[in-house]
Amino acid sequence: MLLIFEQLLNGLQYGAMLFMLAAGLTLIFGIMGVINLMHGSFYMVGAYCGAFAIIQTGSFLAGVLCALLGAGLYGLLVEVTIIRKLYQRDHLYQVLATFGMILFTNQAMTLIFGRTPPMVEIPPMLSGSVPLGGGLEYPIMRLALIVVGAVVAVGLWYLVTRTRVGMLVRAGADDREMVDALGIDIRKLYTAVFGFGAVLCGLAGVMAAPLLAVEIGMGERILITTFVVIVIGGVGSVRGALVGALLVGMVDSMGRAFLPQLLQLVFTPTIADALGAGLVSASIYVLMAIVLIVRPKGLLPARG
Amino acid sequence: MMAKNSLFAALALSVLATAPAAHAADPVKIGFITTLSTPAGYLGADQRDAFLLAMGEEGGKLGGVPVELVVEDDGLKPASGKQAADRMLQSGIKLFSGVVFSNVLGAVAPGVLAADAFYVSTNAGPSTFAGKECNKNYFVASYQNDAFHSAGGQAANELGYKKVVLLAPNYQAGRDALEGFKRTFKGTVEAEIYTKLDQNDFSVEMARIRSMKPDAVYQFHPGGAGITFVKQYANAGLSKTVPLLMPGFSLDTRMIEATGIAGDRAYLTGIWSTETDTPASKAFVAAFRKAYNRTPTLYAQQAYDTAKLIGSGLKAVDGDLNKADAFRAALKKADFKSIRGDFKFGNNNHPIQNYYLMQLQRSENGAGPLVPVVVRQILKDDQDVYAKACAL
Repeated sequence: MLLIFEQLLNGLQYGAMLFMLAAGLTLIFGIMGVINLMHGSFYMVGAYCGAFAIIQTGSFLAGVLCALLGAGLYGLLVEVTIIRKLYQRDHLYQVLATFGMILFTNQAMTLIFGRTPPMVEIPPMLSGSVPLGGGLEYPIMRLALIVVGAVVAVGLWYLVTRTRVGMLVRAGADDREMVDALGIDIRKLYTAVFGFGAVLCGLAGVMAAPLLAVEIGMGERILITTFVVIVIGGVGSVRGALVGALLVGMVDSMGRAFLPQLLQLVFTPTIADALGAGLVSASIYVLMAIVLIVRPKGLLPARG
Repeated sequence: MMAKNSLFAALALSVLATAPAAHAADPVKIGFITTLSTPAGYLGADQRDAFLLAMGEEGGKLGGVPVELVVEDDGLKPASGKQAADRMLQSGIKLFSGVVFSNVLGAVAPGVLAADAFYVSTNAGPSTFAGKECNKNYFVASYQNDAFHSAGGQAANELGYKKVVLLAPNYQAGRDALEGFKRTFKGTVEAEIYTKLDQNDFSVEMARIRSMKPDAVYQFHPGGAGITFVKQYANAGLSKTVPLLMPGFSLDTRMIEATGIAGDRAYLTGIWSTETDTPASKAFVAAFRKAYNRTPTLYAQQAYDTAKLIGSGLKAVDGDLNKADAFRAALKKADFKSIRGDFKFGNNNHPIQNYYLMQLQRSENGAGPLVPVVVRQILKDDQDVYAKACAL
């Protein structure tokens, strides 16, 4: 029972992490109509900038600030110099350009920060674990990730549904020309959305830095899962990204935790372990396939 | 103006310097195909730099014979490695080395050997070329791939572990690793956990390990996943209760640096450590640090030894690789001083050597960074299990 609860927390934490990445990606993809393969690169830039600042200053707060700034500024730069020229183009151009930018960013980070992955300590205030009753101890750093994810979710909900900027973003997604005609500079708006998506990536990157390896190419590995999340949730919908992220996080964690044991009831341990590993790897894609069969537009699509 | 003048002078000098060499015998070219890009690029860089260090110590020679290292990056792609090898073969290169990864070697070696050229491995030692498919011109100066894992199984026996949990990524090398461990381990394997190849969070596995309460954990995760695993293992509080055992390349020098003190007290298996207490090893570590301002990894040690081995062969034929039989015989004798200690070749041209258990301990009386301290020898004069199938 305790194990199930702990694994639920693990699923929640993974979901929170995925949500921070997926929220930006789904806005960029659904609202601006841009397929942005380099979304994971912002996550990497954020992690590296954060790690650099933490190592230099020893302060986690400075790391967070630096990660948000670094990822955000890089996002703005990319939008202004590259993405802006591709809004009217076919998706294939966007895929090509952003894939090229993945390679460019990886090499640039290698040149700037070197090949040795930087070491990031868990900040003292977030280190250790807290007792959650029943003898369960859970690392504070992971709880912090869940909290940050929740704060981002609430903040985004407010921003998109209750503010003028959010309204403009939604209007721009529905009819770009009309918003333009009403005297709103939609280009600036898109730049802001793209930069904001990058900032969220930076936040995810710096929060993950003490837990994971900060290394070149870390963004590509999580990118595919992030795309799965937004396809499940419904492209363009922040609510969908939240539901998708939690669903993927839970299915992945619970599958990894309990599928091999369940299979052991039927098969010998060697077969169960190997079979379980295979099934777990495929689980989120199976989930995606089922969702697409039942609801081809995702669980909570942005537009009916 | 100054810069231009000195540049000119340098040019003139270099022309003068190279002019006499052109009259002497041309240097022996060694094709060094290795991985210099991708996140794993530091492995190839360490191999190349250590090889160059060995050459530099003799003033650009190995075994008294002038050599030239022709370096190409394979980008961790078998196809690129093969293309580089084909180009080099066409340019007349007869001696190859440097490949880090087994899958790249699988593409490079057959072409090299079919052209009657030599291959001396600095790292990869796949079982493919150790058994029935062994080749008289193919030498491995590092270790057969399974060896570290078999040593791990034996180490677990000697440390008295009865119940272990094994973890590895769900791909060929991962499954091979756990097979290698189980070949020598005598206790019970509580669970074999296969992780996803691109997995970057192990919290679920940590919880499973904690619930099973094993005597020890044996794990193999390459690159970033390995760093993540060790950090999260410590973060989950498991490093205090369940000892962690892994092959040396699962936590190399760079990865130790990237994990801080998270790997404290963890056990590693291997053939060499920066703390290996022999004069040759200490001199190598000091020279490498001085030349490149970083601590050598095990990959550097292997490449340095490979260079010395090649030197012993070149010396016997005075740099004339057309005397293939004599060169081959000289290589097989392995008449060089390996910094890891005793070294000789088995019938399949793979090493017969000792394996050690290392433990990560904090240097400078518990205040400094972690270093792998040699605990004891676990396998003596060990030969791989595939040698029997080799007809050489």
